[in-house]
Amino acid sequence: MTDALLTLNDVARTFDVSPPWLNRVLERKPRALLKAVDGVSLSIARGETLGLVGESGCGKSTVARLIVGLHAPTRGTIEFDGAMLAGAGQGAGAVQRAARLGMQMIFQDPYASLNPRWRVADVIAEPIRALAPATSKAEIDTRVDELLSQVGLAAADGVKYPHQFSGGQRQRVSIARALSTQPRFLVCDEPTSALDVSVQAQVLNLMRELQRRMGLTYLFISHNLAVVHHIADRVGVMYLGRIAELAPTRRLFASPQHPYTRMLLAAVPDLAMTGKSRTAVAGEVPNPLAPPSGCTFHPRCPFAADRCRREVPGLKDARGGGVVACHAVEENRL
Amino acid sequence: MTAAAAMSDPQTGPLLAVTHLCVEFPTRHGTLRAVHDVSFEIAPGEVLGVVGESGAGKSLTGAAVIGLIDPPGRIAGGEIRLAGRRIDNLPYDAMRKIRGREIGAVFQDPLTSLNPLYTIGAQLIETIETHLPLASAAARARAIALLEEVGIPAAAQRIDHYPHQFSGGMRQRVVIALALAASPKLIIADEPTTALDVSIQAQIIQLLKGLCRDHGTAVMLITHDMGVIAETADRVAVMYAGRIVEIGPVADVIHRPVHPYTVGLMGSIPSIVEERDRLTQIDGAMPRLDAVPDGCAYHPRCGRAVDRCRHERPDLLPVGATRAACWLARG
Repeated sequence: MTDALLTLNDVARTFDVSPPWLNRVLERKPRALLKAVDGVSLSIARGETLGLVGESGCGKSTVARLIVGLHAPTRGTIEFDGAMLAGAGQGAGAVQRAARLGMQMIFQDPYASLNPRWRVADVIAEPIRALAPATSKAEIDTRVDELLSQVGLAAADGVKYPHQFSGGQRQRVSIARALSTQPRFLVCDEPTSALDVSVQAQVLNLMRELQRRMGLTYLFISHNLAVVHHIADRVGVMYLGRIAELAPTRRLFASPQHPYTRMLLAAVPDLAMTGKSRTAVAGEVPNPLAPPSGCTFHPRCPFAADRCRREVPGLKDARGGGVVACHAVEENRL
Repeated sequence: MTAAAAMSDPQTGPLLAVTHLCVEFPTRHGTLRAVHDVSFEIAPGEVLGVVGESGAGKSLTGAAVIGLIDPPGRIAGGEIRLAGRRIDNLPYDAMRKIRGREIGAVFQDPLTSLNPLYTIGAQLIETIETHLPLASAAARARAIALLEEVGIPAAAQRIDHYPHQFSGGMRQRVVIALALAASPKLIIADEPTTALDVSIQAQIIQLLKGLCRDHGTAVMLITHDMGVIAETADRVAVMYAGRIVEIGPVADVIHRPVHPYTVGLMGSIPSIVEERDRLTQIDGAMPRLDAVPDGCAYHPRCGRAVDRCRHERPDLLPVGATRAACWLARG
């Protein structure tokens, strides 16, 4: 892609979840390494929304944390807007800090992500004070009022505390805080999962409006396929730390290629399904500490062959656009 | 009317009849009514879905049926009848016998519904021995049979494992086995799939549906997920600010909703089938319990509210195939 704002190249992150040293010595327990993210490559174009879906433990939140710098990758490179944030050729501290001004994160739970002892105006002003300390008090106040009205709250709401707001309004405050440094890129980690559906609709509509008005780019992480279908331009499906399929939203939902994507889509309860029954897919996500060999999906896959058990499939171009990592698709066995 | 019929003939009447149920919480700032004049029935073997946003009173309605409202909350009015027998005013010990034996419960988080210090076998056998006249060997055999029925592989070995040795989906299966232990006639399932991933959620829904069909168990399925309701329920009740605003067959409520709140709720759900630029948005939020407006509680958020909605509260009356509490629906 020519106009990529963010590019991840073969990014991996391993967590050491070994038992303490003494237990390892006395009980002869081995070291345990958890590959939370295992070679993820993707790029997000300017003004685009990339959705990332997957079940719990698939590594989608770790990808978000790697991008914003809350974790450092074990391997691979992350490039944002021309600046190398991590990996080979990593830019100097000042370059990184400047680049980081351009990205912010929205978290899942607006009850946990806002400091209950701070007034909302201070919550929103904090990133400005931290990242642009030269800003005068008057400038900050005007900016906070402006941000509050942008997310559909009143300027007078700034003096209130988070507990005086409902869940949806708190998530608006989180969005205002994220927008305070005028970022180009927002990483949204399950931003509507803690909200009721009618409130979720308000927040999704707001995020779309803001994107149009400010030309924002989103990485939108969710386990809810319907929400991702609604908001994303392209969707990546993750399974055990790897991308199984990444394609334009319409293609992915109309003709899913990877067996895991098919399974996920078939499992979503939908209003159109009234009174119908479905065939649920058997099995569960395997233990990430001991992932299956080859394609990690093979124990649950109805199309698994010998090659799937031995060889890790790479991402190949898929019919109708996008990429898919599946031997069966590649060999036209599906 | 139907409650009276159930009284005279418990055999053919509804399994559960709730009439004019009110649940109150006394607080320092006055008494809050969390559930207000709620009436509904569940027939034997029927799945009634109860939907609504957080704070609508759906979980409290379920808790009232099973007699688990935490003090100082209390049932302030109305009646709950199970197979014709009044159960809302029973003493604590009598209710304990009904709970588990006649009404089972499945809650949202399987990890907190199971005791981490006992094997799942010990918990199942305890429940079975409490409610059924079985010796311990027979109770263990029944526990293994139950675990097999809910789809736990190698049940004879797994019965001696602790809850932490099971995955989330497997734990929820154990909780369902516990709820079924004494073959109750009714199961209250409060958000049984909310804590689970979609693929596991589909498995649990299917399991619950299949078991209820095979055993003829009625289910009160409380959830905020309309997709789950659409697939599982026979009838659905929509709650708003402590009251039922619409109740009827699931296909009618979902595809031909009458109450403006139900219409808004359905429109706000993103779908994986259709593409929409904007979701229908219901502005504002549900009122707090201490500030429920006069008239129809939904009128401040309703785009079609007329003067009457602001002063007079609509009753739940038949509109087509469903019943709705809305002045506009009555023309």
